[in-house]
Amino acid sequence: MREFTVRAGRRRAIRLPALVWLTVVWMLLWDRPTVGNLLSGLVLAVLLQLAFPLPPVGPQLRLRPLGLAAFALRAAADLLHSAGPLAWQAAGGRGRAKRNSVIAVPLRTRSDLILTVMAISLSATPGTLVLDVRHSDATLFLHVLGAADDAAVAKARRDVQALERRTVRAFGTRDDLRALAEDRS
Amino acid sequence: MRTAFTAAFLLLGAGASLSAGLGLLRLPDLFTRMHAATKSQAVGLLLVLIGVGIRFPTIEVLTSLALVALLQIITVPVAAHLVGRAAFRTGHVDRALLHVDELERALEPPGDG
Repeated sequence: MREFTVRAGRRRAIRLPALVWLTVVWMLLWDRPTVGNLLSGLVLAVLLQLAFPLPPVGPQLRLRPLGLAAFALRAAADLLHSAGPLAWQAAGGRGRAKRNSVIAVPLRTRSDLILTVMAISLSATPGTLVLDVRHSDATLFLHVLGAADDAAVAKARRDVQALERRTVRAFGTRDDLRALAEDRS
Repeated sequence: MRTAFTAAFLLLGAGASLSAGLGLLRLPDLFTRMHAATKSQAVGLLLVLIGVGIRFPTIEVLTSLALVALLQIITVPVAAHLVGRAAFRTGHVDRALLHVDELERALEPPGDG
């Protein structure tokens, strides 16, 4: 039954965002933008989408410039930061290795795109690693480095929810923003 | 001046990659090692790319570097996620190193999934 719905969801269609994205990647691969690259990229993008149909991705992604800037700055800072504490732990050796935790964080938004962006940025955040995703209620399962007591676990949960807020403010649709606001009241 | 910046970024990147390698050797279990393999390694590569970009700031090089960085950022979490998921479900978990384990509880009732 489930298999049926998955297959029915895949439709052969040319989608503009995917067309632009594939063409841009093609042109980047060829070093310099020329008319020939542009045309061959467009042809290739159309062929690829016909050959490998994908299920439609729910509601569209919004780009909110202010939220996006805040999100990007924080992500860059986190990425640089994430190399530090770990290097220290590695240098400290086995004896000093702290205990860690695997925590479940339910998200307040149900968007696949928000989930994807969050999973990617969590991988760049210091000390967190996405182990599993439960799609039915949008729950992320994370491995948190150094979360050896309940306070640290609670803090990790708060951090992830703060990341969700930043992500929704950068990419979320109006529905996502509403889901976030309702939870706070 | 530019050479100095290039050298600084390349060395920092090499250092981060080295710490990723050390982490792989010295950290106690698969999950902590994956932290090293994904994060330190990604930071190391990005720093090296920035260094190369400063040394050769032409459009051809910069677009290629941007593509490498982008694909790295997008694919590393996917790979890490698959390894982590597989490891957890096949029991490669050292429970002594975990304070809380909420995934094990979630996986227990097989009829619910």
